Amino acid sequence: MSVSTEIRVAVETHVSGAQAPGRKRAAAASVSLRLLGYIALAVASVGLLLPFVWMLVSSLKRNIDVFTVPIQWIPDPVVWENYLTIWQRTNMGTWLGNTLFISVIVTVLQVLTGAFAAYGFARVRFPGRDILFLAYIGTIAVPWQAIMIPQFIMMSNWGLANTRWSIILLQAFGAFGVFLMKQYFESIPESLNEAARIDGLNEYGIWWRIMMPLSVPAIASLTLLTFVNTWNDFLGPLLYLRDNSLWTVQVGLRTFIGQFASEHAMIMTGSVLSVLPIAIIFFLGQRYFVEGIASTGVKG
Amino acid sequence: MTVTSLDATAGKGSLPSSASGTPTAPAQKRRSGAKLKLRNTAIGWSFILPNFAGFAILTLVPIITMFYMSLTDWNIFGASNFVGLANYQRLLGDPSFRTAMGNTFFYAIIHVPVTLVASLALALLLNRKIRGVAFFRTVAFFPYITSIVAIAAVWNMLFSPEAGPINQLLSAFGVENLPGWTVSTTWAMPAILIVQTWRFMGYYMLLFLAGLQTVPAELYEAARMDGAKAWSQFWHVTLPCLRPTTFFVTVMLSINAFRVFDLVMVMTNGGPGQSTLVLSQFIWQRGFEQNQFGYASAVAVVLFAICILITIIQFFWNKKREA
Repeated sequence: MSVSTEIRVAVETHVSGAQAPGRKRAAAASVSLRLLGYIALAVASVGLLLPFVWMLVSSLKRNIDVFTVPIQWIPDPVVWENYLTIWQRTNMGTWLGNTLFISVIVTVLQVLTGAFAAYGFARVRFPGRDILFLAYIGTIAVPWQAIMIPQFIMMSNWGLANTRWSIILLQAFGAFGVFLMKQYFESIPESLNEAARIDGLNEYGIWWRIMMPLSVPAIASLTLLTFVNTWNDFLGPLLYLRDNSLWTVQVGLRTFIGQFASEHAMIMTGSVLSVLPIAIIFFLGQRYFVEGIASTGVKG
Repeated sequence: MTVTSLDATAGKGSLPSSASGTPTAPAQKRRSGAKLKLRNTAIGWSFILPNFAGFAILTLVPIITMFYMSLTDWNIFGASNFVGLANYQRLLGDPSFRTAMGNTFFYAIIHVPVTLVASLALALLLNRKIRGVAFFRTVAFFPYITSIVAIAAVWNMLFSPEAGPINQLLSAFGVENLPGWTVSTTWAMPAILIVQTWRFMGYYMLLFLAGLQTVPAELYEAARMDGAKAWSQFWHVTLPCLRPTTFFVTVMLSINAFRVFDLVMVMTNGGPGQSTLVLSQFIWQRGFEQNQFGYASAVAVVLFAICILITIIQFFWNKKREA
């Protein structure tokens, strides 16, 4: 219950887009304090970014140049071939394809069923609704690790283990999408629904033609967060997918690391390739990531 | 202006009650009311069902099954006998379980406060009109959305004891007994803690930033009028106003701390020895490596109980503070 209150607080801030003040303090702060702030920020960003820089730099080195004393920050020679070799050394193409397939289907299912259910919770009044929603909220505190065994047994009994569908089922019906969409729907004025009802639209029509078009920012957030989450999922695919041809990029990369632990440069090349799609998506749509996270603060 | 709008809302609000309150033909009204209720229930469920079916089968059913399984000796062959609380008794005497429990608590006790303070500090730094804020927010958030396998791979190399960049830096600062990090039983857990804080800081920072936006500027002005210094403004204005956010962040951090798994799995696999064995991994090992599903489920119930308990305790604690 209180979780939803916190969430609502956060949502309201974002939905109203309130560029609330509270920042004016900075004006009073002296120049030296400001400078100190910049230095702190600079140090923090270096600390946060350095691992990625190191990953990228090492991926362009010869293997023997990865660990040198002192550290070689600019690869010499630059080995672009690493990015060609990796496709021959591993099944990277298949893995990327599998990951894309799973992520796209999960995202579509999550967004559609999540937004659909959210409308039921946000706009239709019926007995038992609030208890049902509480069941959704309650599972936020339940770790996946606690239920992975019964889940695995069920999936195996249905013959779904070692198929990509197991991962899709695992990821597609989370409470997360329902949650995020419900919060957003509730910020849309109810008078719009009433107007639409008077104009003869039924509830499904209202959902599709009024609520969904008005919720593009929330849909974008949910789409991006779900996609990234599914792309990065490691434990699910590790548990369910046994065949190399079914692996996602995470499991494939992990197995490669296990087999060729000393091929540092190649491992970094694979890592860069596994992160790259996410990085691109993130930089294109970061506004939606930030808003989605800030408005729910819940993820896997 | 205000009066008209007030009237309008009042009128709208009272409309349904006055309509249902009309004395004409009450029986007919009641019947149509029940019909409407039925119709709404059908519509409501039709919206919820596609998601709820998946949610119920894949989340709710496994939760119930987990409790049942923990009372059986379920194994790989599916043969299961009801054994009562035997699994829990066995847990009490299992040294590996005690190690896993200890490690998980140790991890949580360090990770929660450190990440809380770090992310709040970052948020305060960023909650000002200075250049580069957008860039930094992006940077801070990036580790959170990067895949765990790549993160573990790069940090394992950074932590490399002989020629890794971190130990090179430390030795440049004159540190003599360089830590062995992931290959040392003493330093493996600190290595995990460092990476996890690095990874989650930006995420919680975003939550704090959203919270900071809700602090009314007037309060700061009033505090300044009263001559409050920056520190006392933070203590008497910022922190109290942030309490809902801090509460939420603490709950999420604690729950996530107790279910820590993926990084441990890929970075140290619980080792060296059992120095980074955590509860989730103990479940994985007993369940999927040794096929003791019943026993592993008992551990799962313990983990489940811890997470629920944290939520309840923090909920009531917050309630009390509010009152």
